[in-house]
This record gives sequence, structure tokens and C-alpha cells, in this order.
Amino acid sequence: MAHSKDEVLAGLAALVNDETGVPVENVVFGKSFADDLDIDSISMMTIVVNAEEEFGVKIPDDKVSELVTVDDAVDYIVSAQS
Amino acid sequence: MTQPALRQSVGSPFTRILAVGAARGDLVVTNDDIAGPIDSSDEWIRQRTGVITRTRASQTLSAADLATAAATEAITKAGISPSEVGAVIIATISNTVQTPSMAALVADRIGATPAAAYDISAACAGFCYGIAQADALVRSGAARYVVVVGAEKLSDIAKPTDRTISFLLGDGAGAVVIGPADEPGISSTVWGSDGGKWDSVGMDRPLREAFDDPEGEYPTLRQDGQTVFRWAVWEMAKVAQQALDDAGITSSDLAAFIPHQANMRIINEFAKQLAVPESVVIARDIETTGNTSAASVPLAMHRVLEEHPELSGGYALIIGFGAGLVYAAQIVRLP
Repeated sequence: MAHSKDEVLAGLAALVNDETGVPVENVVFGKSFADDLDIDSISMMTIVVNAEEEFGVKIPDDKVSELVTVDDAVDYIVSAQS
Repeated sequence: MTQPALRQSVGSPFTRILAVGAARGDLVVTNDDIAGPIDSSDEWIRQRTGVITRTRASQTLSAADLATAAATEAITKAGISPSEVGAVIIATISNTVQTPSMAALVADRIGATPAAAYDISAACAGFCYGIAQADALVRSGAARYVVVVGAEKLSDIAKPTDRTISFLLGDGAGAVVIGPADEPGISSTVWGSDGGKWDSVGMDRPLREAFDDPEGEYPTLRQDGQTVFRWAVWEMAKVAQQALDDAGITSSDLAAFIPHQANMRIINEFAKQLAVPESVVIARDIETTGNTSAASVPLAMHRVLEEHPELSGGYALIIGFGAGLVYAAQIVRLP
């Protein structure tokens, strides 16, 4: 079942919190994973793999570097669901 | 006309690791020592890699020197004569020449002549590839004892300004003697390759380009860290589980988990994905040795046994994975 944009954001925020301890309320649109949330490349990959399982999508390695902001990740996951 | 039947060799039905030896680089290199050229810091390197210091070898100390020391310790501890060694296999990516092999030199130095001697190019999986070969050689009767060495002087092929892998790298050699056993001591190997990721970790340019561009830089190591991390954790967790299944044991039967010492973050996530029980000792030699590619599994095994001698005789899951991409895993009885 496809998740809405808000559902993906909430799920992603929980995954980010699990991996890094960043509070879920900080994971919002407009934030950069690296610059604003201080998430390094290895943590980002862990979040990506967990997001694949959570949302039933595939996020290829060469796409991960393009997911700079929370918006990028949410938009990619929402479109990949369909 | 009838032909006489050929004689084929038959070896021992079972094999095991009889002893392990180790030699680390003679220099202790701190994160502060290498942070400058990559515009980094001790904290940045520790947080991303778990490495606090790495051992590196002086200019006059070669990978073959380290291999000789490690192999000599293993042979002495195994209680055999070097002349009984039928084959010397060295896994390395840092031999100083493309030919001849490091193994032929080391076999001569340790007195294992005229043992068969050859190198394996399987990067960080090389030692576990060597275990697979040694096990097969002893069981087939091609050799009674085989010395398997992982030996690297990675500081020779690390670029100080590289931010992808160089700050992880250390120098060292670990060696084991494989021989006949009364009961199973080495499980079947789960191994393979994924050449579709051939360029995700390896040298940054071919040798030929360096020849044609003498003003340019010598080839050094680089990696795509994210691609390697994903593969090393989630794909290798499946391989490790397969090795346990094929051996007929579960992770709760293990005394130790000794993965390639690639990066502490990989080791920790790997153990989590594999659900390694708390009772199992997890090798974390990378903290003070660094990533020594083919040498890392035997070096980590040596340290585990030094720190936990009571684990001798217990089962260890060993797994190597790296450039190729290639991988190999076994369950072994610790010497």
C-alpha cells in the first residue's frame, strides 16, 4: 500500500532517530541530512537500507548521493512506491 | 592393451587451523598524525571508522618481512618442521613487484623449501580464499601442511590526501598453519564474487597510465564508501548466515566472530544484522591496527586468542570481503 508524503516523512524521521538519535521533530522538509542534521555517509546508507524495507522501495547506490535534503528522500520514496 | 591405473592422492578427511602467528607494523600512527592532509581530525576519523591508531611499517620493513615473522610464529606454535610444509599461500595486494610472488620468497626465508608457493589476489577476502584452498589441498593429499598468510604494506599504496580509504589503512601480516585433524575443523567455504561492482574499491588508475605519465601519481587505493558499506553489511550478513547454515551450527554456537576489519561501523552493523549473541567475542582489532586488508582476519584471530585464550578449541566465524568485489566465509575451530 502506497504511503502518503506525510506518512513517509514520519516514517523517515523515526528511522533517522533510530540510527542517529536526531529528534524526530527536527527531521522536517527543508533540512539537509549532512549540513543541518549532521548525518554522515555511513549513517545515511543505514537509513536508506532501512527505508527500503520500511516502504518497500529500491534506492540504488547511485541515487543515494542525490538525496541531499529530507524533501529529496521523501519525494524519491513517494515516487518509487508508484 | 590395458593401461595401468593412475595413482591419485588421498589426504586427511578433516582439517583444522593448527596455529596462528602475527606481525604488525613497527610504527604506531595516530589520527592526528594523518589528519592534516585530509583536513580532518581525530574525532572525525574515530567517529567514522572506530580507528584510534593504526600500525604501519618503517620504510625498511617490507610486507615479506612481516609475512616471514608471522609464518615463523605459526609454524613454531604448530610444532612442525618447516620442511613438512607442502605449500605456502600468501594473500596480498601490496607485493612490491607483479612477479615473482611474495610466497616464493617467504617460503625460502622460513625454510619451507621446496614447498609450492603462490600469491592470491583476492584483496580483503584473500586470507579466507587461502583457507579454502589450504583445506582442499590437505584433504586431497596435495600437501600435508599448508601455511596461509595475509600480508600487506598498505601504506605503500595509500595516498595521504585521499579521504575515502587511506586513513583506515595499516600494515601487518597474519599466518596460520592448516593441517590434518581427527574431527572437522574447517567448514565448507561460502565464497563468490560480484564483478558488477569491480570499480567500487581498488586502485585509482592502471599501472599502464602511470608508466605513460611519469610526472603523474603512482596508483593508490580508493573506494566508494557508501556502496561498499551497503554491500559489506547487508550482502555479507547473508553470506555469513549461509556459512553458519552450511556448517550446521547457529551463531549461539560461536565462540568468536572475526570479520574482516574493514571499519568499526561495518563490524558493528554486521554483528547487529547477524544478531550475534552477547556471549560471542567480536574481534575489533581495527581499533589499534587499522584495516590491513588480507592480513586483518588472521591478525584479529591472533588478538582474540591472546586476549581470550579460553576460546581455543571453540568455533569462530571468519569472513573476508573486499575489492573485486569478492568474499569468502568459513566456520573454523580456533587453534
